[in-house]
Amino acid sequence: MDSFIVHTGTAVPLRRSNVDTDQIIPAEYLKRITRHGFEDGLFSAWRRDPAFVLNDPAYAGASVLVAGPDFGTGSSREHAVWALQDYGFRVVISSRFADIFRGNSGKGGLLTAQVPQDVIERLWAVIEADPAAEVTVDLEKRQVSAGEVVAAFDVDDYVRWRLMEGLDDIGITLQYVDAIADFEENRPSWKPTTAS
Amino acid sequence: MGRTLAQKVWDDHVVRRAEGEPDLLYIDLHLVHEVTSPQAFDGLRATGRPVRRPDLTLATEDHNVPTTDIDKPIADPVSKAQVDALRRNCEEFGVPVFSLGSREQGIVHVVGPQLGLTQPGMTVVCGDSHTSTHGAFGALAFGIGTSEVEHVLATQTLPLKPFKTMAITVDGDLPAGVTAKDVILAVIAEIGTGGGQGYVLEYRGSAIRGLSMEGRMTICNMSIEAGARAGLVAPDETTFAYLKGRDHAPAGTEWEAAVEYWSSLRTDEDAEFDAEVVIDASALSPFVTWGTNPGQGLPLSASVPSPDDAADEVDRIAIERALEYMDLAPGTPLREIAVDTVFVGSCTNGRIEDLRAAAEVMRGRRVADGVRMLVVPGSVRVRLQAMDEGLDTVFTEAGAEWREAGCSMCLAMNPDKLAPGERSASTSNRNFEGRQGPGGRTHLVSPQVAAATAVTGRLSAPADLAPVA
Repeated sequence: MDSFIVHTGTAVPLRRSNVDTDQIIPAEYLKRITRHGFEDGLFSAWRRDPAFVLNDPAYAGASVLVAGPDFGTGSSREHAVWALQDYGFRVVISSRFADIFRGNSGKGGLLTAQVPQDVIERLWAVIEADPAAEVTVDLEKRQVSAGEVVAAFDVDDYVRWRLMEGLDDIGITLQYVDAIADFEENRPSWKPTTAS
Repeated sequence: MGRTLAQKVWDDHVVRRAEGEPDLLYIDLHLVHEVTSPQAFDGLRATGRPVRRPDLTLATEDHNVPTTDIDKPIADPVSKAQVDALRRNCEEFGVPVFSLGSREQGIVHVVGPQLGLTQPGMTVVCGDSHTSTHGAFGALAFGIGTSEVEHVLATQTLPLKPFKTMAITVDGDLPAGVTAKDVILAVIAEIGTGGGQGYVLEYRGSAIRGLSMEGRMTICNMSIEAGARAGLVAPDETTFAYLKGRDHAPAGTEWEAAVEYWSSLRTDEDAEFDAEVVIDASALSPFVTWGTNPGQGLPLSASVPSPDDAADEVDRIAIERALEYMDLAPGTPLREIAVDTVFVGSCTNGRIEDLRAAAEVMRGRRVADGVRMLVVPGSVRVRLQAMDEGLDTVFTEAGAEWREAGCSMCLAMNPDKLAPGERSASTSNRNFEGRQGPGGRTHLVSPQVAAATAVTGRLSAPADLAPVA
């Protein structure tokens, strides 16, 4: 995984709350067995509406998504993270994220920056007034800035460290394989197995 | 200070704990299905890693599978490729799989409990957010993403930060006709789709104690719809009675040892929850959703809300948008909303008691003209038991379609879909835009309300129906 320290790019205002993962990528696209190529599925139902913000050429090439509260609710599909990344997003900023989506994002290298809703409103104002306005997300300083707006964002310490180092979780855990084996030695014998 | 049930289960699974790092938790049972696993198996191949514990892993085919003509190859080539990939991966990595056509196939969250694989005090994960279902047994069970699926396959552990805990106490007697589904829809309407974010919910109180295991599963299943990754109920005699004698339940002296441990799995008197919500069971009534997230629900006796009722601007926009998508006018009594389709099934309400409840309402009645009713059992075992009890005949004589087992119209990955603009009453768990098919509109209901709605063609409770002649 590439490390993430600071990212600067233009941003899309998504003035919606409760953006569930079925909206981010509908189930139909989940039949694919590959890890990439989900950009066509991103918000595919909403993108059929010419007035949807992602269809506005002024926001083409944006890499930061600024959304309302409860972003990523619903299904655990990590395809939602992949679709956002494949489309070109590196950061999602929201006033509240669903737990599973946020966890998945951290694994895949998509930064989820949480700020209070009033900061979201101010960011929306900046990027709606000037779609070319650059938004800088500094993971080291935990700070988002755009125009006059400068605000701290919330991110889990451990996720921040992993993203900045670009580390693979499984590799980290396998350092503790002896501890896992010790734990297994002491599991009660009545715990079930799936062997028939 | 005492510990909550969730904390006890957590503590018993810590493999490694270090300051400033997540705990490394051991996973007792990893359930797998075809949609969220292929990229995880690819990751193992790319790194040359084996599945550490195939004997604690179980796969089933559920999301994509058709519910008709299952003796023929899957018609949709993309669905077929995904199911074939699961079979190849399970073969290569030695993971047991219940394939379409097997007597054990079914929805992953119906299969685990019915085999007795889900037991109190376990950690259970699956690449599916409704893994919270298994919390009904007092297990710590939650959905994970595909990266975590790969992590569990490779290590049988997950690095996790401790959750906060929330008590949801439902005390009192549920009025007649009010079900577990109504309880959880009322809970979600109360705390909102983000209310449980960061928490494990523990459902407590006399109304929860009085529920069957299947009712408890319905409630825990939808914890994720309140934003909580997991929800659980302390194990008790109801739990033990459900488990005893099942295929994978302990037997003999091991049963005694297990019950002794399971009996210790309850929140201590002096434990403190981070948050508490109290619901009066006696004030509940059949609940339905009117909008496009599961928190947008009301008693069936209410009317469609107005954006003017909103608490704030964000909520006002959400209501406006939901009403537009659902094509509903503020003030319309919910009982006047006409549906095209009724779906009974899913990991929320696709177990035998759900089918019995729906059949009881349908017995001697007919599905209304112009309404299509699909009944999709949660597993092949549920299907066979229902047929033993003659429930299939009740449904087909009423004009409903009796289908094979799978996730079906809950998420419309298989051919069972709403057409654009169609409206359903559905016993499933999500009323998101397009969830049951692009442009489809969903009202979440209990099996009893689903059946009564099929009879009248409008959102209805069994009490609204004329007696069978």
